Amino acid sequence: MTTRVLVPSGVLGLGFDRAALSRGVAMKPDIIAIDGGSTDSGPWSLGAGQSKYSRAATKAEWRHLMQARAEAGVPLVIGTSGTCGADATVDWMYAITAELAAELGQKLTVARLYSQQPARRVVQALEEGRVTPLTPAPGIDADGLRAMANIVALGGVEQVQAAIATGADIILCGRVTDTATIAALPIARGETVGGAWHGAKIAECGALCSTNPTSGVILVEFDETGFTVEAMAQTALCTPHSVSAHMLYENSDPFQLYEPGGYLDVRGATYTALDARRVRVEGSEWVPGPYTVKLEGARAAGYQTTILAVLRQQHYVTHAQEWADKLHAFLTAQITERMGLTPPDYTLEFRMIGVNGALGALENRQGQPAEVGVLGIVTAATQEIAAEIGKLINPWVLHYPLTEDEELPTFAFPYSPATTDRGPLYEFALNHVMALEDPMSAFRLTVSEVG
Amino acid sequence: MRLGDKVLKVRSKNAGPFWITIDIFCGTPEAFAEVSEKLETQRVADLTGTPLQLVKRFDIEDLRVVKLSIPRPVVQGSRDDRDMHGAALAVLIEEMEL
Repeated sequence: MTTRVLVPSGVLGLGFDRAALSRGVAMKPDIIAIDGGSTDSGPWSLGAGQSKYSRAATKAEWRHLMQARAEAGVPLVIGTSGTCGADATVDWMYAITAELAAELGQKLTVARLYSQQPARRVVQALEEGRVTPLTPAPGIDADGLRAMANIVALGGVEQVQAAIATGADIILCGRVTDTATIAALPIARGETVGGAWHGAKIAECGALCSTNPTSGVILVEFDETGFTVEAMAQTALCTPHSVSAHMLYENSDPFQLYEPGGYLDVRGATYTALDARRVRVEGSEWVPGPYTVKLEGARAAGYQTTILAVLRQQHYVTHAQEWADKLHAFLTAQITERMGLTPPDYTLEFRMIGVNGALGALENRQGQPAEVGVLGIVTAATQEIAAEIGKLINPWVLHYPLTEDEELPTFAFPYSPATTDRGPLYEFALNHVMALEDPMSAFRLTVSEVG
Repeated sequence: MRLGDKVLKVRSKNAGPFWITIDIFCGTPEAFAEVSEKLETQRVADLTGTPLQLVKRFDIEDLRVVKLSIPRPVVQGSRDDRDMHGAALAVLIEEMEL
């Protein structure tokens, strides 16, 4: 048997070549699968339970995919809905789907796979010794777990297969691994398990495994001995190099990929060009292991207010770090005197943009920039305190002199008010796996009709 | 000569919130052989402030790639993180003398 999976792009919201999508639909896929999320942009999405992509972009692209699904007559599945795959973002995706179904006149069955974890379930697993840290992992305890804004577990093929088995037209998954939505159907239909996971990893970023990454659309045909991958855009070619190099991407280990229930080992894989456009891959191995799912959690680690001043006078540019250090010491005393606060009740940091803004202490180059941006970041227990500190330091960030005997300088503030309240600072606080006896025991499915 | 002048591209990216992976795309077999031989893992550990035993290294001849993965110096998005996508670390490798 063969199973064809059409992957429109690496993530919903980044766009794809519509002619290539049409070509993919004409190839008669068995399922259309796209990813909807990632941790790559940081902890905010999971902490806030919101999508990082705009609703307008998401809806516009989802409309095309719902039309493609209707034409192909096969299920459409999205993994990690709304960037983080929390329950709230699955429901956000469901609302978009229901709106579009009405607008397009489609009557559909929609399955929702929820991956969010109540803290008590993870606490219980921790107490039963079923939570294991990965390297490196933050320390956790019951109180820390209860303080998380959101916790999700990454589902694998078992949970996606359960959703597909409902017969739904559209499947909106919460957090699942990037590969699970692609590998699920081929494995359910008896294709080679190693090949299914490997092909899924190659295709999970869409056309990034081809010579034209922005074209988006990829078709993978799985069978009992391996898989064949082809880009659907005429300008994109899959070559043994472009395909095999994708195993490097965002993987700390390019040969072993851990998934729920085992790991993929591609050391024995061979990549062969079938022609100028298509690559055949065989020899990938699936090594079964204990059934564990990875956990992701985000918690609020204070609230932030920022301020940005730009130094342009050469005297200040040359001595920017010295200026910032003196200013920091002065402000620390002011904050204690006027607000009664001392670190670690709050933190104040100045980052020197143009000096070492990106690398901090790891920076090993020095230059003579025309200007230096000084980004002040205040982190405190509440937004009110952070904002108050921001207002307190504002006049000195604008006027603080390098030495006592010089006139008051004035630096460039790019906007008014000079301070920006950023809201909560979230941080990733879990790098653990949770063992499950039944893969569905930490996930739930609901099925409903729309349109 | 700087490493970046000898190779096609150096890329660094998050590999999840707790790791960064650095891919050195050497291009030619000759460049791969030279980078693979001369690039000391200890120097990458020093440049990135990572204990040597935590650096994972893969010299992949078929792809002409040397790949190095390190635990993130600070966890992605935490208060002290300066580079959400871990992209700037590649520059330290590019600019090192071989």
